[in-house]
Amino acid sequence: MALTMGSMSGSTVQLPLRTKLQRVERRRKLRAFALVLPLLLFILITFVLPLSRMMRSAIHDDTLSLLMPRTTAALRDWDGKELPEERVYDALAKDLKRAWMEKTVGKVSLRVNYELPGAASQVKSSARKLSGLSGGPYKAALIGISPLWGERDVWGVLKRGGSSYTGFYLLRSIDFEYNANSRIVASPGEKAIFRDVFLRTLMISITVTAATLLLGFPVAYLLAKLPPSTSNLLMIVVLLPFWVSVLLLTTAWVVLLQDNGVINGILMSLHILSEPAKLLYSRFGTVLAMTHIQLPFTLLPIYSVMKSISPSHVRAARSLGAGPFYAFWKVYFPQTLPGIAAGCLLTFILCLGYYITPALVGGPGDQMISNFVAAYTNQQLNWGMASALGAILLTATLLLYIVFNKLVGADRIKIG
Amino acid sequence: MRIGSIIARAVGVAGVSVSALLSAQPVSAADQLTIVSWGGNFQDSQRKAFFEPYASATGTKVTEDSWNGEQAKIRAMVETNTVTWDVVVGGSMGQLCADGMLETIDWNKLGLDPEKFNGREDCAVPANAAANIIAYDKDKLPSGPKTIADFFDLKKFPGKRGLNSRPIVNLEWALIADGVPIGEVYKVLSTPEGVDRAFKKLDTIKKEAVWWTSGAQQAQLLADGQVVMTSAWNGRIFDAVKNSGKHFAIMWDAQILGYDYWVIPKGTARLDEAYKFIAFASSPEAQAEMAALIPYAPGNQDAVALVDAETRSNLPSNPEHMANALIYDEAFWADHQDELTQRFSAWMAN
Repeated sequence: MALTMGSMSGSTVQLPLRTKLQRVERRRKLRAFALVLPLLLFILITFVLPLSRMMRSAIHDDTLSLLMPRTTAALRDWDGKELPEERVYDALAKDLKRAWMEKTVGKVSLRVNYELPGAASQVKSSARKLSGLSGGPYKAALIGISPLWGERDVWGVLKRGGSSYTGFYLLRSIDFEYNANSRIVASPGEKAIFRDVFLRTLMISITVTAATLLLGFPVAYLLAKLPPSTSNLLMIVVLLPFWVSVLLLTTAWVVLLQDNGVINGILMSLHILSEPAKLLYSRFGTVLAMTHIQLPFTLLPIYSVMKSISPSHVRAARSLGAGPFYAFWKVYFPQTLPGIAAGCLLTFILCLGYYITPALVGGPGDQMISNFVAAYTNQQLNWGMASALGAILLTATLLLYIVFNKLVGADRIKIG
Repeated sequence: MRIGSIIARAVGVAGVSVSALLSAQPVSAADQLTIVSWGGNFQDSQRKAFFEPYASATGTKVTEDSWNGEQAKIRAMVETNTVTWDVVVGGSMGQLCADGMLETIDWNKLGLDPEKFNGREDCAVPANAAANIIAYDKDKLPSGPKTIADFFDLKKFPGKRGLNSRPIVNLEWALIADGVPIGEVYKVLSTPEGVDRAFKKLDTIKKEAVWWTSGAQQAQLLADGQVVMTSAWNGRIFDAVKNSGKHFAIMWDAQILGYDYWVIPKGTARLDEAYKFIAFASSPEAQAEMAALIPYAPGNQDAVALVDAETRSNLPSNPEHMANALIYDEAFWADHQDELTQRFSAWMAN
């Protein structure tokens, strides 16, 4: 009896307690979430949204399906073997007339021009001349206005434009294009550039990462071993590049590296060189300047990991009979690996996005992918291409990170 | 949402905050004008010839900004409806105009005779014409190049050459140096064989080429002795001679004249003011004033008569300099820029 009473009263008290606890728990979670919310929103607005927009505009382009709706619809069941029939030309004439009225013909001609260089002015002048024409038949009239409409190429572009999604930008970013039959073919050699640029971006990043590691590791070791008073002073020297803007550092290198600059001047006055070496506008100069800028990024994680390694490990190895190099290589070095991994990854990923340094110190053969993204965004206004190049770079970086993760393991990375 | 992507949004947000700041000032919208130009000594001259006289004549507060022709900025402002630039000076405005990003010029509203403005476009009033020329240092080359073919002649004139890192002007010159008559340059360049021919000619000087990316580098390359001659804009070289005491000379053969334009971004709140300013800056008197400060050919033909003889001798439009001159073809480059820039980049890198 007492037992049942107890259990009964227990259950009546327990239920509200649990809900109360849950409520408290929920409130605590909400409060924690509210604290994180600004950061979450910040990341969402400044990072996730733009990136997904960018990825989307690399493949999404509805210019033609929106502005040339009749033509793209009429072309849906065109087989692409011969010129389309009269009703397609009729649709084209209507679309172009409307585009001319609404001043959208510029967009249409630009979009066609991306795939058919030189077509823009033909499309524009056709629209202008059509606006003076009252009625059909249009096929002969249009071919008379411009031979463009008598070739299959432009119809292929318009037919593909019927879909809001296009592979054109991504294909062009890896040196492929559509031919007149809408087949994907490799771009002709004199136009192919982007595969080279991606490869170059990768090579420069790898070289700079290796150089910063080779230079940074001994310095980090020295810094970790020296007494604090000396190492602090040296640390300031190492950190100096951090306090100067990248643009300034790069410009300083331009001054040093030019034909009549400081470095060539010294080498020539010492009679080491008889004529100035080509240091500026070269791959060497680019890698040199980037290595200088990136050095602290590689060095600092290594240094902080080295600081945390107890000196007694090496001492123990030595007392057990290991030689100085053996003790360093087998006992000390493996413990620095997480720092090396972190520093190299940091530098490598930052290098992939370099823009201003190659632009100022490098020659035309040293421009990295960001340079092309900037040119397409700012000068050429071809945001589809800019997005496609960016999307490929992002994907490649993520893939590399996954590979790195498999090989080294992200949990082994240590910044400090 | 169409292509007007996040970049546009971001710039737009920045634009909103800037315009919010501007409107917070106790000046009414009609009394101010934001004018954007190329910067450097070009904009300094414009300030003396146009901005300051206009400001004192009308009581308008002129705010200046400068740009490097990043047309994305105008596009972003217009697409996000946050236009803060009222009048812009720039070249190659055809594409923005066709995209509906610029006001179509109403010449009646300007009160000017369009016939006086060669090179006018639907959305653009010619401000002046700058010449692309070859410049060299007389101290180092006492008998400099005489024709554009000399620029491509490494035997006669050994040494490095400064060239624009974009295809414009380079391809034209390559064809002229290869013997194409100046009147047929763009016709030849419109054919694939013509483009191949131009690149083949450029191949001959490629190993001696130093590429410049901004106007400031032209005189700098010459002054530093990095190049023996360079392609340049005549105003930059004039400035180096006049203000830095350099002994640079200009070779006018096959000069390529390109226009700078006044344009109005679509949707500016100060449309009437913008028209008023462009009308002021296009008057023969103001244009003559400008030509005296920096020797670019005035956009308004009537201004030439008001210019003194010495200034006139420095202008690209001087008949002596026009003997073998080419007018930069905006329409050709609107069609082929995308294609040729890519090919040029590929060519430069290999």
